[in-house]
Amino acid sequence: MEEKVLMKGNEALAEGAIQAGCLHYFGYPITPQTEIAAYMAKRMPKVGGVFLQAESEVAAINMVYGVSAAGKRVMTSSSSPGISLKSEGISYLAGSDLPAVIVNVQRCSPGLGGIQPSQADYFQATRGGGHGDYHMLVFTPATVQEMADLVAKAFDLADKYLMPAMVLSDGTLGQMMEPVTVRRVEETHYEKPWALTGTKMQRSHNVITSLNLNSEAFDKQIFDRFERYKKIEETEALWEELSMEDAEICVTAFGITARVVKKAVAIARREGIKVGMIRPLTVWPFPKKVFADAAERVNSFISVEMSMGQMIEDVKLSIDCKKPVYLCNHAGGIIPTFEEVLAKIREVGGAK
Amino acid sequence: MKTVFEKPKSLLDVPMHYCPGCTHGIIHRLIAEAIDELQIEGRTIGVAPVGCAVMAYDYFACDFIESAHGRAPAVATGLKRAEPSNIIFTYQGDGDLASIGMAETVHAAARNENITIVFVNNAIYGMTGGQMAPTTLPGQVTQTSPYGRDVELCGYPIRVCEMLSQVEGAGYLERVAVNSVKHVIQAKKAIKKAFQNQIDGKGFSMIEFLSSCPTNWGMNADDALKWVEDAMIPQYPLGVFKDRAAQEGK
Amino acid sequence: MGKVNIRSELCKGCGLCVTACPKGLLVISETEINQKGHPPAEMIDEEKCISCAFCAMMCPDCVIEVHK
Repeated sequence: MEEKVLMKGNEALAEGAIQAGCLHYFGYPITPQTEIAAYMAKRMPKVGGVFLQAESEVAAINMVYGVSAAGKRVMTSSSSPGISLKSEGISYLAGSDLPAVIVNVQRCSPGLGGIQPSQADYFQATRGGGHGDYHMLVFTPATVQEMADLVAKAFDLADKYLMPAMVLSDGTLGQMMEPVTVRRVEETHYEKPWALTGTKMQRSHNVITSLNLNSEAFDKQIFDRFERYKKIEETEALWEELSMEDAEICVTAFGITARVVKKAVAIARREGIKVGMIRPLTVWPFPKKVFADAAERVNSFISVEMSMGQMIEDVKLSIDCKKPVYLCNHAGGIIPTFEEVLAKIREVGGAK
Repeated sequence: MKTVFEKPKSLLDVPMHYCPGCTHGIIHRLIAEAIDELQIEGRTIGVAPVGCAVMAYDYFACDFIESAHGRAPAVATGLKRAEPSNIIFTYQGDGDLASIGMAETVHAAARNENITIVFVNNAIYGMTGGQMAPTTLPGQVTQTSPYGRDVELCGYPIRVCEMLSQVEGAGYLERVAVNSVKHVIQAKKAIKKAFQNQIDGKGFSMIEFLSSCPTNWGMNADDALKWVEDAMIPQYPLGVFKDRAAQEGK
Repeated sequence: MGKVNIRSELCKGCGLCVTACPKGLLVISETEINQKGHPPAEMIDEEKCISCAFCAMMCPDCVIEVHK
């Protein structure tokens, strides 16, 4: 039986990264994710890794860019305002086809906002965040165990597809403690002949850049990158389904909200309401096909979010707006309660 | 006949895009000569800036990376921490190093990051067409100081070597020029020392090169080098501003 | 090979070598233009050249090779 320890989400994620072979971390304090930096500061020297508190989130993402270019696994973490600061660096990573993991432990925004949890960086994460045509893989854990497991997956797929990956968490998951088994993950070895390792006078130089002043070449480069993205969308989406077989209403949520929704769905079922749930574990790639298939069977969808409605757009797009999609939401750091979700399910169910 | 001067091997044999008379070319060559003489080409990685030298990676034989504007010292920090046996240098202009990148510059120095910074100071933003830089001289006319830099409105130029000399982590700071043969010879010594410092693990080294921008200064190449002598050197005196190893008797 | 070899096609005619030469042996051509539209530098009296390489040291484009 694998050992379980009680760990805080942020710390489980940090340990998960180390067990996945990440030996370089650069960060900057910001609530509610500073524990990741603090944990890395203590742990990295013990495993022969590199921890550095950078002078800013901007500097940290650029240090990440350097380590990634050297061909090594590397991570940074921050929370919403700090992720905005990293946007340019993320665009550079994507534009240079470099792997790295960026963790966003979301807090309510915009501006300085608050330190309470939020899911309002969904657009920023899934629509790029930084400038230009690009995507990053975006993983959405809902438990402390998933914080550890999905960060390992993030490193693997980032290396496989040569792109940045984000773990989109929130303040609640970051702070809560749950039993977790952090597994050592055998790193799949991906060849990186493009890495900056020094020519050793044995090859011509490697140049890593996202600059391309030749329009035809740049056009092709971006189309080729999106061909890669298309393959990812077809094969790498992750999700969980609950009671969808005979569902007439589909509720969807990710992260901490999904745990609330599970309870509401269970109670609604006991009341005889045929409701099911789809929980994305990746919001890029979004599990579009699952929603499209569900739209053939259910009468309506409810998206439960800690934002003014961001994932709801992906739901509508996935189903081609075939069925109504309702929003049940809070901002300001308030987690929707199971009573609120239940009330919405009853309201939507009664209106058919 | 023996060859007394030829292009260094670590400078690729390709035409460079810089304006006629722009001293970026001289500085590139001095770096390549140092790399050749120290035999470090195989383990050197350069970090290119945003500025006229954005495509510096096309001119050197070593591995290279393009950095976001001002972030080169942070990128260099990542590269150096990932593989400390590699020799990492940044190549940055005055906007890159002293404006948008000032925090990265100061903190890399504070951390005594064992890297070599090449600071090319021509008191103007060249690539974008000649705007004011943090090192633009009082009274100097640029596109964004069309009536001459007014220190009342936009403050005073920054002397980076002097400023960094107060940062305890900084190891070696020297300002040189390349506007005459005598200065070029001294500049070559300086950049070679800066690379040697990194090889010896002596920490943060920065060489500030006073450079020219004939195009945006509105001068021919010769007059531009005279302006370096007559106007820039009085504002930015040449010399060594910090040599920690010498102070510690190493 | 001569004492000074100038790759005219790469020369930008900036004139820094002309100023640098202590013997005044270099000029910018008044008759030639290269493919890029620059009048290249040329040596006018190689006999007097002392192979000091000052011209090459000041050339930003590394187009001068010096032999002795």
